Amino acid sequence: MTLMKSFLGAAAALALTSGTALADPAIIFDLGGKFDKSFNESSYNGAERWKAETGGSYRDVELQSDAQREQALRRFAENGFNPIVMAGFSFSTALETVAPDFPDTKFVIIDGVADAPNVRSIVFKEEEGSYIVGIAAAYAAKGDTVSFVGGMDIPLISKFACGYAQGFKSVKPDGKVIVNMTGTKPEAWNDPVKGGELTRAQKAAGSEVVFAAAGGTGLGVLQTAADEGMLAIGVDSNQNFLQPGHVLTSMVKRVDNAVYDAFMQGEDLETGLFVMGLANDGVGAAIDEYNEALITPEMKAAMDDATAKIISGEVVVHDYMSDETCPAFDKPGE
Amino acid sequence: MDYLTIIQILDSSVRLATPLLLTCLAGLFSERAGVVDIGLEGKLLIAAFLSGAAAAVTGSIWIGLLAGVAGSLAFSMIHGLASITFKGDQLISGVALNFLAAGLTVVVGQSWFQLGGRTPSLSGDGRFAPWNLPFSDAMAKIPVIGPAYDELISGHTALTYLALLAVPLSWWVLYRSRFGLRLRAVGENPSAVDTAGISVVRLRYAALVIAGVLCGLAGTYLASLAAGFVKDMSAGRGYIALAALIFAKWRPWYALWATLLFGLLEAIGNRYQSIALGDIVIPVQFMQALPYILTVIILAGFVGKAIPPRASGQSYVKER
Repeated sequence: MTLMKSFLGAAAALALTSGTALADPAIIFDLGGKFDKSFNESSYNGAERWKAETGGSYRDVELQSDAQREQALRRFAENGFNPIVMAGFSFSTALETVAPDFPDTKFVIIDGVADAPNVRSIVFKEEEGSYIVGIAAAYAAKGDTVSFVGGMDIPLISKFACGYAQGFKSVKPDGKVIVNMTGTKPEAWNDPVKGGELTRAQKAAGSEVVFAAAGGTGLGVLQTAADEGMLAIGVDSNQNFLQPGHVLTSMVKRVDNAVYDAFMQGEDLETGLFVMGLANDGVGAAIDEYNEALITPEMKAAMDDATAKIISGEVVVHDYMSDETCPAFDKPGE
Repeated sequence: MDYLTIIQILDSSVRLATPLLLTCLAGLFSERAGVVDIGLEGKLLIAAFLSGAAAAVTGSIWIGLLAGVAGSLAFSMIHGLASITFKGDQLISGVALNFLAAGLTVVVGQSWFQLGGRTPSLSGDGRFAPWNLPFSDAMAKIPVIGPAYDELISGHTALTYLALLAVPLSWWVLYRSRFGLRLRAVGENPSAVDTAGISVVRLRYAALVIAGVLCGLAGTYLASLAAGFVKDMSAGRGYIALAALIFAKWRPWYALWATLLFGLLEAIGNRYQSIALGDIVIPVQFMQALPYILTVIILAGFVGKAIPPRASGQSYVKER
């Protein structure tokens, strides 16, 4: 099925491009799939917004396995799509191989860095957004324990966890943050049953608020949090609406803006490294009609205060990926 | 680690073991009749999807259960058609079913619900409610036995109790009924069964029907527990069940212990992601790999020889 899908995709891409003269943009979604209610969906929304506003058309492909990365990139580049946007840190290596072969094509990698003159690398300061929701969690929890469920165990996800722990401990220095990862294989992004069990285990260990950065697994976390009367924090897209009244907030990453901007600028987009943080609305905590009631005034004040301090540089949030350690994590086994 | 923690871990083990147990028993019936069933994963997935979809549309998990079982049965029958009637390779047919399920659930799910292969979240009657056994609230106050009864024995969903009941039932069917005797014989020596004037084909189909129903229950359990279907949500449980089946040497009671062990290891892995033993910290990756490591170790040494039914994997060709 998977194989057939990619063949069909290839055929469709070829059929469509043979007649067009003007370069269309293209986007490649990572393994979670474009409707993961999270990262990929956010980039999809950005592309769709561009489509709705400009009436243009774009091509997309959902990867089914790691092996398809380079293949998909080459196919799009050979067919003349420009710019080619890819959503996911895992593209770095493939892109560094492919980009020099197509010097006239512009590539945009979101969440990763690739060193080539025709590449725009967009990275997010997830630690800053996570710090803010960590503060929200600290105010929402009556006790002193909160928790985190990650998807696949990779440094990027620990970056979320680390920012969250720092934010929480800035309010409750002696508090405890339980950090769990679902697994070490890509299945870890799509295992809501295991996500639910992790959440139950965390509740049993005293957690009151759980932050899920785990793709489809996170849906199980949010569901279990609602079942067990806990609060959850969503990630990437605004997930507040999924379990109204039980999602404290969502750490949104404006991947949609990144995709939208890239598509808007088309072939002339600037290349280089772009960092999206709190200062340029790249990340943030979502507040809407579904969670207004959960956000208390003092919580909101603390979140705004921290946001201002991070933007001014008064507070620097440690980035886990800079040295693969986190000052706010508990020692293992404690 | 206090008493309550142990109870909670055991409770979690039971929840995690339930789908494995049902799937393992499904594989047991199928392989005992001589049909290797690597398509358990696909059946789980299609059942989870159809039950999630039907429950989301109708609002009743019981209708979802019917739909899930029907889907799993249909897959079982395709497997039967390919590997029994047309004497195709059982492994290939099973693998094909896995791929079919992985693709079909997402494509059909997307066209039905436009949620990217997810089904809408289930709530209320759309999920199995936990069954609180009689007196669980009153008993909870009794020390030691109370919490064990309240947390561990009571408060699971109907399917968990059904799965546990399926173990003695399977044992009885396989070892104490005429049907079971014939079923086992068909997996060992189909020509002998044929000589006795009993239809090999019919017996194998019967085994696949049982396997289909059991997989359907397991898939519905997953959808109910996670309140909806998410793509690839079976997450390899069908394969773990196959490993447990070998572990259990194709026997129902052993299957119970094997799947409970896998459930327990996963529950411990979830609860203690890193364990500190003095100065040495056991990393979380080790805890997560433990079920697999244990499978290898136990299979290599402790379980003794796991001999599959002799005729499993072979299609029966009647001599003329």
